[in-house]
Amino acid sequence: MKLDSKIPTGPIDKAWDKHRFEMKLVNPANKRKFTVLVVGSGLAGAAAAASLAELGYKVHCFAFQDSPRRAHSIAAQGGINAAKNYQNDGDSIWRLFYDTVKGGDYRAREGNVYRLAQVSANIIDQCVAAGVPFAREYGGQLSNRSFGGAQVSRTFYARGQTGQQLLLGAYSGLERQIGLGNVIMHNRSEMLDLVLVGGHARGIVTRDLVSGKVQSWAGDAVCLATGGYGNAFFLSTNAQGCNVTATWRAHKRGALFANPCFTQIHPTCIPVSGDHQSKLTLMSESLRNDGRIWVPKSKADVGKDPRQIPEDARDYYLERKYPSFGNLVPRDVASRNAKMVCDEGRGVGPGGLGVYLDFSDAIKRLGENVIRERYGNLFEMYERITDENPYQVPMRIYPAIHYSMGGLWVDYNLMSNVPGLHVLGEANFSDHGANRLGASALMQGLADGYFVIPYTIGNYLATAKQPKVTTDAPEFKAAEAEVNARVQKLLNVKGKRSPTSFHKELGKLLWDKCGMARNAEGLQKALEQIPRIREEFWKNVNVLGDGESYNVSLEKAGRVADFLEFGELMCRDALHRNESCGGHFREEYQTEDGEALRNDEEFRYVAAWEYTGNLGAPTLHKEPLEFDNVHLATRNYQ
Amino acid sequence: MNLTLKIWRQKNADAKGGIEAYDAPDISPDMSFLEMLDVVNERLIDKGQEPVAFDHDCREGICGMCSLVINGIPHGKEKGTTTCQLHMRKFKDGETVTIEPYRAGAFPIVRDLVTDRGAYDRIIAAGGFISVATGGAQDANALPIPKVDAELAMDAAACIGCGACAAACKNASAMLFVAAKVSQLAHLPQGQPERKRRVLNMVAQMDKEGFGSCTNQYECEAVCPKEISVRVIAEMNRDYLCATLVGAE
Repeated sequence: MKLDSKIPTGPIDKAWDKHRFEMKLVNPANKRKFTVLVVGSGLAGAAAAASLAELGYKVHCFAFQDSPRRAHSIAAQGGINAAKNYQNDGDSIWRLFYDTVKGGDYRAREGNVYRLAQVSANIIDQCVAAGVPFAREYGGQLSNRSFGGAQVSRTFYARGQTGQQLLLGAYSGLERQIGLGNVIMHNRSEMLDLVLVGGHARGIVTRDLVSGKVQSWAGDAVCLATGGYGNAFFLSTNAQGCNVTATWRAHKRGALFANPCFTQIHPTCIPVSGDHQSKLTLMSESLRNDGRIWVPKSKADVGKDPRQIPEDARDYYLERKYPSFGNLVPRDVASRNAKMVCDEGRGVGPGGLGVYLDFSDAIKRLGENVIRERYGNLFEMYERITDENPYQVPMRIYPAIHYSMGGLWVDYNLMSNVPGLHVLGEANFSDHGANRLGASALMQGLADGYFVIPYTIGNYLATAKQPKVTTDAPEFKAAEAEVNARVQKLLNVKGKRSPTSFHKELGKLLWDKCGMARNAEGLQKALEQIPRIREEFWKNVNVLGDGESYNVSLEKAGRVADFLEFGELMCRDALHRNESCGGHFREEYQTEDGEALRNDEEFRYVAAWEYTGNLGAPTLHKEPLEFDNVHLATRNYQ
Repeated sequence: MNLTLKIWRQKNADAKGGIEAYDAPDISPDMSFLEMLDVVNERLIDKGQEPVAFDHDCREGICGMCSLVINGIPHGKEKGTTTCQLHMRKFKDGETVTIEPYRAGAFPIVRDLVTDRGAYDRIIAAGGFISVATGGAQDANALPIPKVDAELAMDAAACIGCGACAAACKNASAMLFVAAKVSQLAHLPQGQPERKRRVLNMVAQMDKEGFGSCTNQYECEAVCPKEISVRVIAEMNRDYLCATLVGAE
């Protein structure tokens, strides 16, 4: 299989304009003859569903939650990047493009990233027009801040609730189209299969989570905007319902899964407090602007009250190792260093898995009121969860799984290798390479949904020329039968262990062997163990209740079953990539200083895996990455 | 700590429900309320009993999916806190905790503690938006918005649509939810062209869904996890009155 990225030829800054002109259009009167199925209602899904309906397409949108407004895009706190250069501080489309390619450790596709930077400015305009209440200066202009170590102030924000406000903006546009009858919304509906007819994606099979009804939906194109797979690790900052099922089902129908080992670990999360823990809570990394990260120099001090540890007995390790970026190094670097000091036995708090984030200097310098103004809500949240007052005692933080850079392979048109199957937002792999920069996830979700897919899907529909199909086609009946059989199979095991117990077992294994640091030996062990857990699952899982009612155990079991298959691919990808880059740190490949050692000669490619029917032997396809505009360099934050 | 839980169980919308008692021994004070329910559910599964269904997703207080009436109060007694952010250290060892679903005619029960809050979506679909299609928006800074207006809009926009306001109200009124959206858009220049039409349509839909009227008891404000002020209700009433007098245009 040859992977064609379909990047337009010619200068990169003209590519999107040229491509938009060259793409075929669908006549306005013909748009209503096409049906698009959008799965997911987060930033990418809601923006796509609303925008496509505005154009005149018939749209069905599916969400597993009770309302499209619940999607996990809502939880993003910090902000959204855009190359507006409102601050006159040297920002430009080119600089945002350059920062994103570099931040992604040169494993993203230049053409896609350039387009992302280009449309970033339109996103802000669109959101403001839709009523998103971004922060303002007294003169009425939009306020910006520097975020995640960027050297320009290009981040737009709405208090600590930027994701919420952007999602509610996209949601209101979607609800408007629902009210007009242009989008038919299916809440509490989970996609359980993709249906191909004549090699093209022509529909999906869903299960209504309330009634248990399994049903097919036919259309002319399918858009998956189903988010990331971080919950494979059980503990992550993702919402409880986030899952890999939709993308994994599409993968098993032929869509290639790209770079699944690229997972992002966020450095500022609240540490685990016990076995009961169900998720990890992220605190905005803006905290690193004023907080200083340290651990005791000596292991002997880790149990002491941090306020009693004198200055010269503290190791401000990020400031020591990276004097020019200090506490503001990118996420992957900050996370890995926290792990290193904890591995040395210098971690603090329960289990020694934590480092201090200390605001006492900032409070001395700026006063408690200024700190309260800047971070009050985060401090409150921290206190609520840990019962410690961060104005008086340093916070304890530890990295946690946060975002999936990997995802289904797509070309420049956001179409997978399966014709008609489009993949948007976090669910695709295309823009963040091996590491995502802060405030870039919201940007990508809305770029894909508002400004890319409305153009590229038209080109597909105008050129694909596929016959109309209905859900009576045998392909739909076969897929429905498979879904029903799988539901029955889960219910019939009647074993002894809950679905959650398997999820925890898998998650712990992935975190240990395929988490912040990986090595060949550990990954090989994981590859032996995962099939065993999977086998045990299908022999011994206990799913109570029936398939014809609202059944939370059944929902959970189906998702865990897919994680148990997906986890193996993640480890296989991590094992094959004999280099360290971004969120993928292989212990065998590091510099003398312990920094990531990339291997551009051998691994400057996208690893896209094809399902072969045998989970143990997927086929690897490589899309070489060309860097014509950004010079390949070693990231250096010292 | 050891607790006794009294939980509403109901198989589906049509079935008859009832309170059942469960022992919850060995609960860590560091657990969140929902983690406590996770533990109770795992123990139920081990005993071959179906777990208690409850709505939840982000578990960081922002998605609005978690609900629950805990000891008679939506989201529990902790002020400005969603159920998912409530921790067990706020309860006493030996306490009996009653957990019920939201009770409002417009929020029918799906199962156990899960309700259908689709009525809120339909109210937004009736007018809680600015009619702007994708593309063609002017430069974001071309329309200066005074900081104070942006802040007032943001205060109202913080609503997470959880439904606690209607669940707490003796009239099952959705006024705080509806008014939060009306107020947000009324404070922004972009919201002006549809301001009258919006409030009329949203209120009409609210009535159609079967929510009650506001009698100024402010229980909604007291339980709102985002502490949205009843100021927004006053603003909506003013806009509604104006719109009724002069019409939608």
